[in-house]
Amino acid sequence: MYNYDQFDADFVRERVAQFRDQVGRRLDGSLTEEEFKPLRLQNGLYLQLHAYMLRVAIPYGVLNATQFRQLALIADRFDRGYAHFTTRQNLQFNWPKLVDVPDILDLLADVDMHCIQTSGNCIRNVTADQFAGVAGDEIEDPRPVAELIRQWSSHHPEFSFLPRKFKVAVSGAARDRALLKAHDLAIRIVRNEAGETGYEVLVGGGLGRTPMIGKVVRDFLPKGQLLAYLEAVMRVYNAEGRRDNKYKARIKILVHEIGVEAFQARVEAELRAIGSTSPGDELEELARIAAAFDTVHYSRLAPRSEKFDAACARNARFAEWARTNLFTHRVDGYAAVTVSLKPVGGVPGDMTAAQMRLFAELAERFSLDEIRVTHAQNLVLPHVRLDDLHALWLELVDADLATANVGLITDIIACPGLDYCALATARSIPIAQAISTRFADAARQAEIGPLQIKISGCINACGHHHVGHIGILGLEKRGQESYQITLGGDATENAAIGDLLGPGVSAQEVPDAIERIVDHYLAHRLTDELFIDTVRRLGVDEFRAAFLGAQDEAA
Amino acid sequence: MKLLDRDGIRIDEFFRATAEDRVSHDRLIVPPDALEAQLSSREMRQVGVEVSNVASVEELARYFDDLALIAIVFPAYSDGRGFTLARRLRNAGFRGVLRAVGPLIADQFAHALACGFDEIEAPESIVDRQPFEQWRRAGASISLPYQQGYSRATSIFEQRRRGRQGECNA
Repeated sequence: MYNYDQFDADFVRERVAQFRDQVGRRLDGSLTEEEFKPLRLQNGLYLQLHAYMLRVAIPYGVLNATQFRQLALIADRFDRGYAHFTTRQNLQFNWPKLVDVPDILDLLADVDMHCIQTSGNCIRNVTADQFAGVAGDEIEDPRPVAELIRQWSSHHPEFSFLPRKFKVAVSGAARDRALLKAHDLAIRIVRNEAGETGYEVLVGGGLGRTPMIGKVVRDFLPKGQLLAYLEAVMRVYNAEGRRDNKYKARIKILVHEIGVEAFQARVEAELRAIGSTSPGDELEELARIAAAFDTVHYSRLAPRSEKFDAACARNARFAEWARTNLFTHRVDGYAAVTVSLKPVGGVPGDMTAAQMRLFAELAERFSLDEIRVTHAQNLVLPHVRLDDLHALWLELVDADLATANVGLITDIIACPGLDYCALATARSIPIAQAISTRFADAARQAEIGPLQIKISGCINACGHHHVGHIGILGLEKRGQESYQITLGGDATENAAIGDLLGPGVSAQEVPDAIERIVDHYLAHRLTDELFIDTVRRLGVDEFRAAFLGAQDEAA
Repeated sequence: MKLLDRDGIRIDEFFRATAEDRVSHDRLIVPPDALEAQLSSREMRQVGVEVSNVASVEELARYFDDLALIAIVFPAYSDGRGFTLARRLRNAGFRGVLRAVGPLIADQFAHALACGFDEIEAPESIVDRQPFEQWRRAGASISLPYQQGYSRATSIFEQRRRGRQGECNA
């Protein structure tokens, strides 16, 4: 955890008071609804289909137990006893009242949290690899950089009225678990030939109506120059990003229209105009931020745990869960545990207040008081002793939180869709529930292996359908929900946009359609070949033929 | 339209004119195509220019020494290009008065001032709904910004740096 200093704490308090004042001025008519809208959005407050929705920022997905309990308290007091984790490592309350929001923000500020810039045409909450500081393939922990960007982008005087939203992700690892290439701007900590660490900067990725893969604009930006570089990028975007059409207003369209080289040239010119910077000051601030993170006090443990091995041998269900839900920790004797929020037939990413309170306790008992939120809408207990895994699992089983499906076909990402969202054109949650019910059998899931299904209820792609191995996009055609299915998307460092398989299918037909694709894979895969690798080897065309052919037979 | 700055609502001493106008005012704001003519008439007056938010900094820079004021038009309050243009003009060395013209609201006062604007010319309909007291309060709602080099206040990053060097009282 990053610990706020007095400046950070005062800033968040002032932001709450500012919003309280804005709400008051909306209610007394000083602000029109049109004027108020961008102001409430920049504090995470949306007006949805049935009610307001408040999106809480969880910077780079990191929380402690105290914060988690406070979120549970808010869920009980101001929502309907549950909360929803999003694909940007944030949390949403679906039923707050406008007049209560300033009080909710105060409760968040009590635990160093806020809703700043979780929405609106500004620099959004910064995301990062959920295994930051844990993963063995990491060059450097990305969280201090993410925190530096969080602070720098907060209430930015120049970049709070951008053409459109601006999403930033940071990773310090070789493998991409932060969806870097689908972000407006992404930073990858890299090491150059001289052995120095610096930043690779990608710009212009994004999903939505026009999906694009981010492009490298700087392959090695020396440390200390990050904020000046970001300022230059943002200035070029703010000045030149399109404002005539909201669907063409993201930076990806600007980069695409003028070309990467022209974009780079403008950024470099802007850097020259900014003039001299003080890399030393930025390095010092970065070091201060890094030091303000809690030191994680690991014990010296053996790399293997007899207790864990024995529990696996004794209990097949535990062994199954351990096989799917554990991630190797860089420290001997520990594992990072992904706790699936995708029970069979459940709502992806939902958690009850009671579960949240229990989870907070488990984080304290088993994970050195730390919790992470993943963009796949799951939670992570990042530092669990191998010796404790079985005890933890027993507790999770009691709380209905022990679903053994991380990375499998029922670990589905889904946006809130037409059940909540004002933009949605179709439902997503019931589709996820139907697929997860269809593939509920654990043995079958294990046989299928890693397969990511991602569902969006509209073209804006909050459910990341473009980068799902199987993507599902819900549209509305002549008053009916229609689901387009794509294949071959990839959310990793090999990022790829999926290809459309054919005409849309009805909601009822989706599970059958998924099953046809899976059956084709199972029939044609090589030994141990993963779904995505079979798709790449055979090509989408062959799957398309199978998909369409079977569809004809079914008709 | 009403004009306001850090201290309150002000009387606008500038008069809007075109190239042809032979007016007696000693302070004029003209459109870009009238700038050359008004500057060359040299009648010991202060001349300002009103530009769109996509105006070229390089072209304006040629006149920096002669220009008393640059007014940047905000077509909508959600259009933040004017903030970047103001910043670029200040970075390029413009020291005269910067005015934001358009439907800005009280809650953008701090943004405008921090980006280098001195004054706001907003429609009466907005200033009537949002009296200056609201602008003053909104403008002061965040006492310290994180970002360096924007507001007059010493940024949080800078205060921390001074703190490290034992100069907290600065």
